[in-house]
Amino acid sequence: MSSAVLSSPRGVLLGAKGWTAVLAASLVLLVGVPVLNLLVPADSVFHLGDYAVSLLGKILCYAICALAMDLIWGYTGILSLGHGLFFALGGYAMGMYLMRQIGRDGQYRMDLPDFMVFLNWKELPWHWTFSDSFAFQLLMVVAVPGLLAFVFGFFAFRSRIKGVYFSIITQAMTYAAMLLFFRNETGFGGNNGFTDFKRILGMPIATSEMRVFLCVLSAAVLILFFLMARTIVNSKYGRVLQAIRDAESRVMFTGYDPVAYKLSIWTLSAVMCGVAGALYVPQVGIINPGEMSPAASIEIAIWAAVGGRGTLIGPIVGAFFVNGAKSWFTVAFPEFWLFFLGALFIAVTLFLPDGIIGLLKRRKKEGA
Amino acid sequence: MTPDLMEAGAQRLEAFKARQPNPAGSSGDRGASYGRVARVGEPDFAHGVALYLDEISVSFDGFKALNQLSLTINVGELRCIIGPNGAGKTTMMDCITGKTRPDSGQCFFGSTIDLLRLSETDIAQIGIGRKFQKPTVYEPLTVFQNLELALRADRRVRASLFHRLSGAELDRIGEVLTLIHLQHEAQRTAGLLSHGQKQWLEIGMLLMQDPKLLLLDEPVAGMTDEETERTAELFLSLEGQHSLVVVEHDMHFVDQLTQGRKKVTVLHEGSVLAEGLLSEVQANDKVVEVYLGR
Repeated sequence: MSSAVLSSPRGVLLGAKGWTAVLAASLVLLVGVPVLNLLVPADSVFHLGDYAVSLLGKILCYAICALAMDLIWGYTGILSLGHGLFFALGGYAMGMYLMRQIGRDGQYRMDLPDFMVFLNWKELPWHWTFSDSFAFQLLMVVAVPGLLAFVFGFFAFRSRIKGVYFSIITQAMTYAAMLLFFRNETGFGGNNGFTDFKRILGMPIATSEMRVFLCVLSAAVLILFFLMARTIVNSKYGRVLQAIRDAESRVMFTGYDPVAYKLSIWTLSAVMCGVAGALYVPQVGIINPGEMSPAASIEIAIWAAVGGRGTLIGPIVGAFFVNGAKSWFTVAFPEFWLFFLGALFIAVTLFLPDGIIGLLKRRKKEGA
Repeated sequence: MTPDLMEAGAQRLEAFKARQPNPAGSSGDRGASYGRVARVGEPDFAHGVALYLDEISVSFDGFKALNQLSLTINVGELRCIIGPNGAGKTTMMDCITGKTRPDSGQCFFGSTIDLLRLSETDIAQIGIGRKFQKPTVYEPLTVFQNLELALRADRRVRASLFHRLSGAELDRIGEVLTLIHLQHEAQRTAGLLSHGQKQWLEIGMLLMQDPKLLLLDEPVAGMTDEETERTAELFLSLEGQHSLVVVEHDMHFVDQLTQGRKKVTVLHEGSVLAEGLLSEVQANDKVVEVYLGR
């Protein structure tokens, strides 16, 4: 038995091409964007406008969600239609901190956030106790989506809820959370949510420098998450996940407990979305229960499907493609965007089951 | 009684035995069952029984899939189970592997482990491997990776995340690859294998788990004659080291496996209709009636 036959491809995180691509992306996003926005003069053709930077930062956050969706849907075969909830929870945790940073600069010039003053509340509700601590709210960004996903997943996976039933329950979960957050009594600003942020860590939030910094940070997190996801799917653990996707009963009769595997990747995926939400909120300057609407969660699944499930790079490409198209469409033909999105999803399902990346791979194979 | 007390008791017993002179007529080192300490989670095969089913009944919506089924498989035995469609062969395997819970009856692995209390995962870990009727392999993974996942190892999440193949494990995979005649296909995607090769791969995956008992549901369905013959050879080579239960329709294959001297069990309507050599069973009036219709 030659060792060449038996050597498994494990240990190789990325090929030479892959590393080059990651390096190039890092260079463009982490160095190129700040230079083009801050150093190149505004009248130059190479200048990157503030609008482009904030759009890019937003899409990078979406790409993190799409990557998280790919781990759970593309690799483990569990379609979640509730990932928007985890995204929103991370966003709300960050938003709470940003609300406290407004201080007395709000409309009412009071210590309490404006919406509380409006509701005639005299003091902070209990769950806002530590909201002026950046570190504590960062912990919440990870802990709240993680804990919710863990508890929800524990009961769902233990009860062997699978396939479309699981998807529907996640959808119901995010819808229920949306209704809860719509209520003023919940203490998260009702249907207006949080907005009008002024500062983060004492620094003004609406400056070019902060915008570029948040965009670069989002890019760095995305690249880090991508490498982490790559490590995961290349490990034996990652292969067990794929095995669960393709033949769960075989996995059980081989002695693996699918519940532990599903629960761990499900929780990780939720935490990734939470982090994306926390990066998103300071960049767009608003968070409201609309982010928990079922449609928002379905969109995440569409990004992953359009880009190509089970490839890691695919969902990132998909998030850029769909959101790029969205920002162009909503300007050019605002009333047709949803029709286009629907048509795109149908077209991808029918003609491109492996998404854009699948199409590129097929082209390459035919060309070779 | 706590495990500590049991451990202390076992030590006292050992000390006591060491003090005693060997009495005439003793059974060597192996005392009667009281003297041995059963380890938790480890099957006890000292009585020579690998699998013991007693009056198992299962009904689905009033239909009795298994009706007071009793069956004993000995350690190292290769037992073929035949029977017409709907006789309850697959349901029996479901009961043993924890997929279906019987309405009544007992099911023991060795003489100490009650299979009805364990989950599918636990049952697989204590050493019962099962091959499905339809070959079930992980199609997008390579043959090598399929075997790697089945390799006997720590099955917990963290262990899998940081798992590295050792040389011994690599050797073991190589051994099984040779055994199932897939050594040249190691890096091929499992989905590209022929039907018979997939069957073999699944058998190979079972062997990687190193089970004490193998349950094989129609292992040669869809194989060519040559492949069937090789499979028979493979199973015969496993006999003795493992206990095997083979459910099969192909009488020629059953004949190859039993070699005219091993017992065959005929199931019908959820219980054992006849048991004996293949030739005896085939001459049995009841069996002929069931197979040929009245």
